[in-house]
Amino acid sequence: MKLKIKLYASLKPYLPAGTPKNEADIEIPEGSTVQSVLDDFNMPEGLYKLVLVNGVFIVPEARARRIFVENDVFAVWPPVAGG
Amino acid sequence: MAWTEKILRVNLTKGTCESEPLNMVWAAEYLGQRGLATKYLVDEIDPKVDPLSPDNKMIFATGPLTGTCASTSARYSVITKGALTGAIACSNSGGYFGAELKMAGWDMIIFEGKSEKPVYLSIVNDKAELRSAEHLWGRSVWEVEPAIKAESGDPQTRVCSIGAAGENGVLYACIVNDLHRAAGRSGVGTVMGSKNLKAVAVRGTVGVTVKDPKAFMAATMAGKKVLADNAVTGEGLPAFGTQILMNIINETGALPSKNFHDVQFEGAGKIGAEAMAEVRASDGKANLVTKAACFGCTIACGRISQIDKDHFTVVNKPEYWGASGGLEYEAAWALGAATQVDDLECLTYVNFLCNEQGYDPISFGSTVAAAMEMFEDGTITTEDTGGIKLKFGSAEALTQIAELTGKNEGFGAEIGLGSKRLCEKYGRPELSMSVKGQEFPAYDPRGIQGMGLGYATANRGACHLRSYTVASEILGIPEKTDPLETEGKAGLVKAFQDATAAVDSSGLCLFTTFAWSLDDIAPQIDAACEGDWTPERLAETGERIWNMERQFNLAAGFTGKDDTLPQRLLKEAAKTGPAEGKVCGLDVMLPEYYSLRGWSVDGVPSSQTLERLGV
Repeated sequence: MKLKIKLYASLKPYLPAGTPKNEADIEIPEGSTVQSVLDDFNMPEGLYKLVLVNGVFIVPEARARRIFVENDVFAVWPPVAGG
Repeated sequence: MAWTEKILRVNLTKGTCESEPLNMVWAAEYLGQRGLATKYLVDEIDPKVDPLSPDNKMIFATGPLTGTCASTSARYSVITKGALTGAIACSNSGGYFGAELKMAGWDMIIFEGKSEKPVYLSIVNDKAELRSAEHLWGRSVWEVEPAIKAESGDPQTRVCSIGAAGENGVLYACIVNDLHRAAGRSGVGTVMGSKNLKAVAVRGTVGVTVKDPKAFMAATMAGKKVLADNAVTGEGLPAFGTQILMNIINETGALPSKNFHDVQFEGAGKIGAEAMAEVRASDGKANLVTKAACFGCTIACGRISQIDKDHFTVVNKPEYWGASGGLEYEAAWALGAATQVDDLECLTYVNFLCNEQGYDPISFGSTVAAAMEMFEDGTITTEDTGGIKLKFGSAEALTQIAELTGKNEGFGAEIGLGSKRLCEKYGRPELSMSVKGQEFPAYDPRGIQGMGLGYATANRGACHLRSYTVASEILGIPEKTDPLETEGKAGLVKAFQDATAAVDSSGLCLFTTFAWSLDDIAPQIDAACEGDWTPERLAETGERIWNMERQFNLAAGFTGKDDTLPQRLLKEAAKTGPAEGKVCGLDVMLPEYYSLRGWSVDGVPSSQTLERLGV
């Protein structure tokens, strides 16, 4: 199934090569979870912090349980802040 | 030791500059900068005074750590009764001016009265004098700084000044230092202009001493390491600046747009950090040129930008082709998301104008958004606007209005009133997205519930910095809380408010708190300052400051009824995103907040609370 994935800041290099800007539509196996997709991208833990599905933060303990469904939007940032 | 223990008292009416000793009893109770200067202000002015009368006072205040080798030791604040709000105003700025003032040997400057003619204050170490600024009045911030440096003969002179906005009475005029840093909010620049004070120039070579230099070196080095090792302060902020937030806050559905009609903005991706770093097709350059740091800062969150020469806003205007202070998140939000203008170069140009002419982009952008709503629903027409088609999303209209506002010309003079007075004037007070007369910054209380409580209770009017619970609710610093929940937010907001008041009084930058807690800050203050400074004492100092500010506002005429939000946020639910269907639950959070504060149900500090804190 398709997943819209957005990787920002220092995570952008993990998107498929040639992705303009920060968004890509990727194919993932049915039953993929937040954690399994993070692992598939080979992003070391600690590199990502804000893990959002449809704008909602998924706490670390829930990432292996949250299964993606059609039309989910997955957005991830490293630790960042502002004002 | 840390404090210089000297205040410069400048009587603008008489034209005198005198040194007096710092009240060290108050320094022990209120620390410095925000807390200490507010104590002086509440002691010396009538809370009911007209902010623009000569009887209002204005204090430039450093903190004990300003000008030392502590990381981020740049900070100074301007404290006065705010022209925009009529409430306590305390506006914080970085850059280099504050450190220079401290290194000249001064903790604070207290300005009283009003000069008959435009003047500027020149300080070289202990020599202070008022000089004529008649040749500078009418000139922009960007012209005045080099002119004063040339006059002083010392290129290391640091300057802060007002531009056209402060001279012309724009109610949210700011005081700009080092060309693009600002004491930005509440109209502190308007107060400065009302006193005919154009600028302050300072050169300091005395330096700053500390109580225990060895302990101070150890504590500040430890603090530096924490900042460097932290992913936010060591990597994220320097690389991306605050503008990294644009896409985050949009994704989480809390990016106010179209005068808070919406909580998300389609154009967000065009005006954030990523867009600033993108190479332009037109000239092969990016908007972002480099990062910038304030005095003593090891984070460097500042942005320096350069506009495309051929962009409609600056074509044939070479004075705007150079690199200068670029967009922060707040400015990009107010000028862009609030107004729905998604043209990054246009926003950068307007931000340049805000620095050059000295007015607050947050209040300006939000006021324009309110005016756009009134234009689109027919409340105001092109007859009122002098022909400007003030529609949401119009970069042309935003540009035209920005060019008029600083100079108080045409419809710009109305925009310069701020949204509260503007909307009241046209019979639509409900369209001003403000609290206590000050416009909201860039977070929607329906999407981030704690910010709603923070905005409603901030002592200087709607402010994101007084209690930046976004750190916890969205960013997970220090710990993640749920932005859509009201439970626990009263305690969170109080804790943030108290800790922030302490940091704002120390001379350090609030952004250190993405990595530091009071546990990291206290040892630095303790090593520098007389007395024993613990994290607990700092938190209590913050609580004391908060209650003192509250008391001033109550005496100025504010009541608990002013701790509220516009009806749009309390009654109109968010239409999209995670907060869809939600309003801000202020009615649930506020009573608990009052109780935790030790205030009555009407928001008045109890006598026990005031006694406990010694207010």
